[in-house]
Amino acid sequence: MALLKASNVVAGYGGTEILHGVSIKVNAGDVVTIIGPNGCGKSTLMKAIVGLVSVWAGSVHFRGVDISDQDPEQTVRNGLCYVPQTDNVFPSMTIRENLEIGAFVRRDNHQFRIDEMFDLFPDLRRSARRKAGTLSGGQRQMLAIARALMLDPVLLLLDEPTAGLAPALVEGVFKRIQDINSTGVAILLVEQNARDSLRMSDRGYVLSGGVNQLQDTGPALLDNPEVGRVYLGG
Amino acid sequence: MHSVSSQPQNLAGPSRRYLRRLGLRMSPGRISALLAAGLLTLGFLPFIKLGLVVNGLILGSVIALGAIGLTLVYGILKLGNFAHGDYMALGAYVAFFIVDGVLPRVGIEGAGLGPFTFGFPVLIALPLAAVVVALGAIALDWLIYRRLRDRAASTAILMMASLGVAIAIRGLVQLIWSGETQHYPRESRQVYHLPMDVRIPPDGLFVAVLAVILVAGVYALLTYTKIGKAMRATSDNPTLALVSGINTGRVVWWTWGIGGALAAVAGVLLAVVQAQLLPIMGWKFLIPLFAAVILGGIGNPYGALIGALIVGVSMELSTQWINPSYKPAVAFAIMIGVLLARPRGIFGDAL
Repeated sequence: MALLKASNVVAGYGGTEILHGVSIKVNAGDVVTIIGPNGCGKSTLMKAIVGLVSVWAGSVHFRGVDISDQDPEQTVRNGLCYVPQTDNVFPSMTIRENLEIGAFVRRDNHQFRIDEMFDLFPDLRRSARRKAGTLSGGQRQMLAIARALMLDPVLLLLDEPTAGLAPALVEGVFKRIQDINSTGVAILLVEQNARDSLRMSDRGYVLSGGVNQLQDTGPALLDNPEVGRVYLGG
Repeated sequence: MHSVSSQPQNLAGPSRRYLRRLGLRMSPGRISALLAAGLLTLGFLPFIKLGLVVNGLILGSVIALGAIGLTLVYGILKLGNFAHGDYMALGAYVAFFIVDGVLPRVGIEGAGLGPFTFGFPVLIALPLAAVVVALGAIALDWLIYRRLRDRAASTAILMMASLGVAIAIRGLVQLIWSGETQHYPRESRQVYHLPMDVRIPPDGLFVAVLAVILVAGVYALLTYTKIGKAMRATSDNPTLALVSGINTGRVVWWTWGIGGALAAVAGVLLAVVQAQLLPIMGWKFLIPLFAAVILGGIGNPYGALIGALIVGVSMELSTQWINPSYKPAVAFAIMIGVLLARPRGIFGDAL
């Protein structure tokens, strides 16, 4: 059974409908990438899944439970964590405090998990007492991902984790994403760097104008001439 | 834990590191702002009566208790609460009701406790008034602001609503306790005489010490407790707080609870130092509160504390040259000056 299943999701902001019936599926342990032009609804789909944007029609099921109308707070407790594209750290709090907030709903002692995050992202350990607002773009992105991992999620939603990063850093982020995935965490990814992300993806979706356009395995989408022409720059 | 010295940002030495932890980073802009304030003070020093500085610090500690609540509410709810002064007045009157109407029935009466003008009943009424106003502030949020937030009301709408709440509370206070001047039962007491013509009323000392304790309590709460960290996170980034599993509704309650309780205590202390209660007392205190909050940087409680002390001292010092009834105008002038010169305030941008 699919870990996450979004079926014909219709959603938007205020009176503007952005998603006109999008369906995606993420199996346990998979990496799934969503690509598509700007404004096609990729980020809106992420927010609709987490519960930051309400689902007007269709449904979202996570671990077999309908979470279409569920508060984000509850969804997070059930193991679905989300990293927004921007504003994804608490700038006036230290790195350690950011991680503590990430573990907010944990009842156990989460120090060991902080140590695990510091092992995964050694840069963060070195500056554990720095305020997140003073970090570089790359460090900030690492912290954002580490914060979302504090709850040991089974599914991690990443909204353009490489946006705005120097090309040299992009590779590092993808490497970390693969490391995280190798521990069994399923990953749903929205990406501009379509080539790199599709290469490591089990499945890929192409959205356009708020509807599904194409779907296939990651490598197959990479080889698809239509995708190549439109999204991969030839 | 890695050793502190390995972190380059901490090479600046312990005092700056400590300030940094409080969110008071020393950027060139901040240093020049503080320097300007310092030089201004130094220039006036020969003409200053030290006694007025002491009065100013006492007034400043009352402002601080109100301003910290005001700035927390702003940081978390993005609401400039025009009713905050009236929460203070409500606190002062609830305490008055307890001291005047409830405690005498159970035989607790009196004034002139030790060196203070007020009696033991005020000490009992103080925490009770804090609880009542805290619950009242939470109830008002549930009744009014929560509904407005659910409809994604703008900051301006929220502020207008709080203006309505302010008028309603003042009307209610006037209705119940009349517009006449009241005061807690008091006995006159000797002031402490210090060199250089400094006189400290014992009440003022009580006010300052209690304020210091409460501010330290708020600092500890925000820094070390789970709910305090959740409050700072929500102030920083409400959406991210929500997807981190923080129950932001509960954070809002705590914020109103703490803000309301501090306001009530500030109101009682104001009634003690002014030796009177008037329904208008809180409303008149609103400008010093906002001046302190804006001076310290909106949303930053530690900034609000320093802003409050500066505003308090400035207001009292002004009485050396101008009519004391212009004290609020001094606070207003500071507020306008900061808004024009440095709208972020001295310590703007961080909780």
